[in-house]
Amino acid sequence: MLDRALKGSKGYWTLVIILLGFIGAGSLAYLHQFNNGLGVTGMSRDVSWGFYISQFTFLVGVAASAVMLVIPYYLHNFKKFGRIVILGEFLAIASVTMCMTFIFVDMGQPMRIMNVLLYPTPNSILFWDAMVLNGYLMLNLVIGWATLHAEKKGVPPPAWSKPLIYLSIPWAVSIHTVTAFLYAGLPGRHFWLTAILAVRFLASAFAGGPALLILLALILRKHTKFDAGKEPIQAVAKIVAYAMCANVFLIGLEFFTAFYSNIPSHMHAFEFLYAHGNLVPLMWTSTILALLSLILIVPPKMRGNETVLLWACIAIFISLWIDKGFGLVIGGFVPTPFDTVTEYWPTLTETTITLGVWALGFLVLTVLYKVAISVREELGTAGPPK
Amino acid sequence: MSIDRRKFLKIAGLSGIGMGLSAADSLIKGKAHASEESSLPESGVRLALVIDVGKIRTDEDYKRITDACHSIHNVPNIPNTKHEVKWIWTDTYEHTFPDQTNEFIPTEMKEKPFLLLCNHCAKPPCVRVCPTKATFKRPDGIVTQDPHRCIGCRFCMAACPYGSRSFNWVDPRKYLDMNKVNPDYPTRTMGVVEKCTLCVERIARGLEPACVEASNGAMVFGNLADPNSKVRKILSTHYTLIRKPAVGTQPSVFYVIGGGENAG
Repeated sequence: MLDRALKGSKGYWTLVIILLGFIGAGSLAYLHQFNNGLGVTGMSRDVSWGFYISQFTFLVGVAASAVMLVIPYYLHNFKKFGRIVILGEFLAIASVTMCMTFIFVDMGQPMRIMNVLLYPTPNSILFWDAMVLNGYLMLNLVIGWATLHAEKKGVPPPAWSKPLIYLSIPWAVSIHTVTAFLYAGLPGRHFWLTAILAVRFLASAFAGGPALLILLALILRKHTKFDAGKEPIQAVAKIVAYAMCANVFLIGLEFFTAFYSNIPSHMHAFEFLYAHGNLVPLMWTSTILALLSLILIVPPKMRGNETVLLWACIAIFISLWIDKGFGLVIGGFVPTPFDTVTEYWPTLTETTITLGVWALGFLVLTVLYKVAISVREELGTAGPPK
Repeated sequence: MSIDRRKFLKIAGLSGIGMGLSAADSLIKGKAHASEESSLPESGVRLALVIDVGKIRTDEDYKRITDACHSIHNVPNIPNTKHEVKWIWTDTYEHTFPDQTNEFIPTEMKEKPFLLLCNHCAKPPCVRVCPTKATFKRPDGIVTQDPHRCIGCRFCMAACPYGSRSFNWVDPRKYLDMNKVNPDYPTRTMGVVEKCTLCVERIARGLEPACVEASNGAMVFGNLADPNSKVRKILSTHYTLIRKPAVGTQPSVFYVIGGGENAG
C-alpha cells in the first residue's frame, strides 16, 4: 500500500518538498549541535531540559489522544467514527515518531542511547517511558496498517487485531501517565510534584490531540477528496469541549493549592510564569486562548458552526502548546533549587532542530494520510458519508 | 473422599497458621513507621562530611578548598555561568537552606558563604531516575558517576534537589590548561553529567577527600555508621543543619552552625 505515497498531485509533492526542506535545515542544525554540544541551545546548568523535552511532553499527549476515537468506535460501537479512527491512529504514529526524535536530539551522548536497553533500569521512569512509547508505536502501526489493509480488500479487520485494539486503550493512557511520572516523582521540584499531574496531562491531551485532528480533517476536506463528515467532527468537538473544561478546571486546582496554602515554594513557579518571568506574555496568551476557546466550543450552537469550531480548535491547540510545550517544563526548572531565577529561551539552532522534527512528524503524517486517502478514493469511500 | 477432605483441611489449617505466624513475626520485627527507617546501611559504612561553618573565615579559605577539588579533578573553569561545571562551590545561607531561613537571621549568617557540594544522599533521587545506572550509590554511601555510561539525558539534574550536578554543555577540555591537567585523573568529554565523587580515587588510597585535607580541620570526614567516629561525635554534641530535610533524601553533608563555636 505504501506505493500510493509515490503517486500524488502537484500540491502533495509541493508539501512533501517543503517538509523535506525543513527536515534538511533541521538536520544541518543538528549536525552543528552534534559537533559543538548542547551548549548551542538555550539550556543551562539550572534549566537542564528545554524546548526538546517540552515538545516531547506535548506530543505524547497528541499521540495518546487517538484513544478518544478508538474507545467510542471499538468499545461503544460508535459507527460514525469508522472513517476517522484511522486518522487518529496515524496521527499517533506521527506523534510518537516526533516524541522519540525529540528525546534523541536532547541526548548529550546520542550514540549511547542503546544503553537504556543494554542496562535496563526498572527504577528509572525514563526506562518505562521508552518501553511504553515503543510499544504504542508498534501497536498503532500494526493496528492502523491491518485495518486499512482489510478495508482495501473489503473484508473485516483480522480477528487478531481485536485484542491489540483493546490493549491499545490502556496503553494510550499509560504513555501519558508514565510521561507525567517523569516529572511528578521528583522531590524538590514543587511545580511538578503534584498528584494530579498525570490527570492534567490526560485532560490536556484529550483536548489538544482531537482539536488537531479536527483541524486536519477540515484541511483534508478542503484539499483532498476525503471528507470525514459533519457528524463525526461534531462528535470529536464534543470530546474536545469536555476535555478542555476538565483541563482548565485542573489548572485552577493547582492555583488554589499553591496560593491558598500560601507555601512559597509552591507559589514560586506560578509567580514566575504568570507575574514576573520572560514567559509571562506567553502564559497569559495561553490562558486567554483557553478561556476564549471554552466560550467558542462549549455552547452547542457555537460548536455546530464549523468556522467557529475551526477557530476554537486553533485557540485550544496554541493554548495547550504554550502550556505543555513550553511553560510546564521551563516552569518546573525556574525557580532553581536555590530559589533563584535562571531564564531560558531557545536559540535559533534549537528552534531550527525543533522545526525539523515537527516537519519529520508531518512528513510521516502526510505519507500515511496519503495512503489512507488513496485507498478510500479507489474504493469510492472518500467522499462525504451518506 | 472424607479422608481426602480431612487431609485437605489439615494442610489448609496448618498453612493458615503458618501464614498467620509469619505475618505476626513481620509485624513484631517490622518497622511501624517507614519514614523513621534507619539510613545506616548494612555494609556498616556510610561516609559523610561535617562542615564547621565558623572555621572557614576568609575568601582564601574558601578558595583553597574549592581549588583543591577542582584542580585535582580537572574541573574546567567555564566563565559562562549557564555552562559552568562545579563540584564544590559557595553560595549564601538563603540559597543553601531556602526552607530554613527567616528575615531576622543574624547578619553574619546572611553574609557568610556556605560550601556546597553533592550531598551523597542516603536516598539519592539522581540514582533513582538514572536510566542507565551511570549514576549509582556505592556500598560506602558515595554517590558517584560513570561518565562512560552516561547518555546525557540530564534526568539526574532534574531530580537533584540541591543543584549538585553539572552537565558538559561544551567541550570541557577547551577550558583546561592541558599543560596543567592532573595526569592521574581523567578529563571529561562533552555531553555527559559529572559531579563531586567524594574523592573515591583518594579514599581508595586511604586518603581523605581533597577538600577535607585543604580545610585545615574545618571539614571532617568519616563513617556515620560507626558510633565512635569523629563525625558522629561532632553530630552528637553540636547542632547541625542538613539541606532541605523535607525532601527525604537524607544528605551525608552536615553543617555545624555555631557562630564562633568550634566543632573539632
